[in-house]
Amino acid sequence: MSRPEDILPPDLFYNDVESRKYTTSSRIKGIQADMTNRALELLDLEEPSFILDIGCGSGLSGEILTDVPEDEGGPHTWVGMDISSSMLAQALERDVEGDMLLADIGQGIPFRAGTFDAAISISAIQWLCNAETADVSPEGRLKRFFDGLYASLKRGGKAVCQFYPKNPQQRSMISNAAIKAGFGAGILEDDPETKNVKYYLVLSVGGGDVTGAVNGMEGVDVYDARRKERKRGKEVNKKGSKNWILKKKAQMEAKGKVVKQNSKYTGRRRRTAF
Amino acid sequence: MKLLTLNFLTCAIKTCKSNPASFPLHPKDAELEQIEIDMNPIFIRNILPRLDWVALKTLSSELGLASLPEDVPTEEELMGEDGEATQTLKDLHVLLMETGIASGRLCCGACGHEYAVKEGIANFLLPSHLV
Repeated sequence: MSRPEDILPPDLFYNDVESRKYTTSSRIKGIQADMTNRALELLDLEEPSFILDIGCGSGLSGEILTDVPEDEGGPHTWVGMDISSSMLAQALERDVEGDMLLADIGQGIPFRAGTFDAAISISAIQWLCNAETADVSPEGRLKRFFDGLYASLKRGGKAVCQFYPKNPQQRSMISNAAIKAGFGAGILEDDPETKNVKYYLVLSVGGGDVTGAVNGMEGVDVYDARRKERKRGKEVNKKGSKNWILKKKAQMEAKGKVVKQNSKYTGRRRRTAF
Repeated sequence: MKLLTLNFLTCAIKTCKSNPASFPLHPKDAELEQIEIDMNPIFIRNILPRLDWVALKTLSSELGLASLPEDVPTEEELMGEDGEATQTLKDLHVLLMETGIASGRLCCGACGHEYAVKEGIANFLLPSHLV
């Protein structure tokens, strides 16, 4: 499928026709609802919260936030931001309950510090990777967005951004920008290695480990890419130790050198010379 | 746009970020609207400590609404002994959640930039030399 990001900037791509198509398509509605529910599950909100919806569009995800039942911590109050006026017009037509701003998320988040309990974004932040004019860069837009988001969330707040990276480079560009802004960041992949893979960037402002967001969820493997603290003392492969010799032999073999086979004598300590 | 949101919005211009006068934004020629919303006492209780009470008081006087008490209401004032919503809570709900700006302009106290509000949606798009 072609990527809308490659066709036009978001404010022009989502014109009246596209916005209507997007909002009325039951297929898109279903996917959006699934992703919003997954994001809510990751946010794990216990009480009615104040939520920022980044790239709210026609309010498809906002509606779900409003409709969270009381026993699941809802209903939440939300504020949406979107760059497409046609999408917002659709939202007005559908009479959603949240407030909306016509704003470019790449220009920052115009809220004072510690405003929101949480933030949610469905299929929006990949648009930040495109720069439409010469005086802005994707890196700059990502930086302003994540800096603004970091400031506008309260301490201990979480953000979940579902996005469609074009390639692994874009994916790491986005997550690195989030980490640089100070977030604890992790990416959750749903249905990995299929056509329907979905990426959720889970961000947390202070307050504990970001991998805690998936605690107790079924079928989630945690792969921690953070640098492990280097072990001290004996466990390090000391030069001359058996492990070190085996490692070196494997390295040499990988290089294509002729290496003696390993045996029980390999790296074994010799008897003390008399 | 709800008055609740207005209590958190600041000017989006880069040079205003460090200026305390960039919050709150001052409404000009504002047309108000009233939209009925179900009351959510827990949400009001959660958001209350985050509200800028001084800014809210300025805002309500600028809009010519009923004046607010001097201090932030305490939790006891919001909830009656039997768990019933008190008048204070109802008033806060009406002010924050149900009252909104339908159209007008929002003016930054520092740089004087005006953000237009139409049909309850504020336009925060800026030309790139301002961000």
